[in-house]
Amino acid sequence: MSGTGPRESIFPTRMALTNTKTRLKGAQTGHSLLAKKRDALTTRFRAILRKVDEAKRKMGRVMQLASFSLAEVTYATGDISYLVQEQAKTATFRVKAKQENVSGVILPAFEVDRVSGTDFNLTGLGRGGQQVLKAKEVYAKAVETLVELASLQTAFTILDEVIRATNRRVNAIEHVVIPRLENTVKYILSELDEMDREEFFRLKKVQGKKKRDADKAEAARMIEAGDGDETSIEADTKEESTEQAGNLLNDRDEDVIF
Amino acid sequence: MTTSFKDRNLLAVIGDEDSITGLLLAGIGHIDEKHEKNFLIVDSKTQISTIENAFERFTERQDIAILLINQHIAEKIRPMVDRYQNAFPALLEIPSKDHPYDPSKDSVLKRVQKLFGE
Repeated sequence: MSGTGPRESIFPTRMALTNTKTRLKGAQTGHSLLAKKRDALTTRFRAILRKVDEAKRKMGRVMQLASFSLAEVTYATGDISYLVQEQAKTATFRVKAKQENVSGVILPAFEVDRVSGTDFNLTGLGRGGQQVLKAKEVYAKAVETLVELASLQTAFTILDEVIRATNRRVNAIEHVVIPRLENTVKYILSELDEMDREEFFRLKKVQGKKKRDADKAEAARMIEAGDGDETSIEADTKEESTEQAGNLLNDRDEDVIF
Repeated sequence: MTTSFKDRNLLAVIGDEDSITGLLLAGIGHIDEKHEKNFLIVDSKTQISTIENAFERFTERQDIAILLINQHIAEKIRPMVDRYQNAFPALLEIPSKDHPYDPSKDSVLKRVQKLFGE
């Protein structure tokens, strides 16, 4: 009868009942908030998912284009890969991370940060400079696409993780915390009811006993004292008090002149 | 995890010679004071263990925001790539000249597909 599920081990008092009810209310509020958060994140997640899919396909095309322009360079100037590898010193093409807030989740977004460098100036000096320049531009564009995709993907990974955690919490509250608190409330209520009934019964019992004792005492007194001495004394005192009151009323005060 | 991405601003590449050349032309090449490169050229003679080492090194470096890897090379170390779930650095599989892009092999797209399929 007292809660069939798991419950918290506390004493069934009114104070504990209030506490548990407050906690139950808190858990319900938390549950609805977390569910809202989850919904918001999932909406965002779906949008990102679609974008990731699109961007990946776009990347395939862009990279194809880039390789083609590199092939043009190779055709015009010969193999420049060694030259390029040897000249690479510091990155002129960097990314900057910005952050965006979605329902309390920080999502990074990468931004292209190009430092105007003068790398590879000598490449294609002999011939094919045009092609080299073009390949450079095309590849820069391609890398921009890649950076965009990377930020989408990072957001995807982080959101995925956060949604999992949120889901776990929502489910834990829904299936473990709330039922347990409800069971505790039920248990406390039933215990309190039980205590009430016991108390009521006890009071009835005591009342009965007192009545019986009183009756008994009354009967004994009646038997013991046949005459009404005590009652006459009582009447005397009453008379006296009324007389005094009367006297007070009868006293005449002197006229008060202001 | 989310606090450290401010100072990640480099891109790293593991790829074949052509992809690397192109990306270096775009200006992503970086060699730091310890003469450590942020790119690895893989050809047919490169050992798998070398690729794995480079992959590990790049994913552990604190200044790399995005790691690009050719898909056919990712295919060689697929278990490692699939196991990699971190947000930073972001791992991106890119197509190469000889190997057109196959979305069904991409470890991220696989997850996307799985989520859409559900």
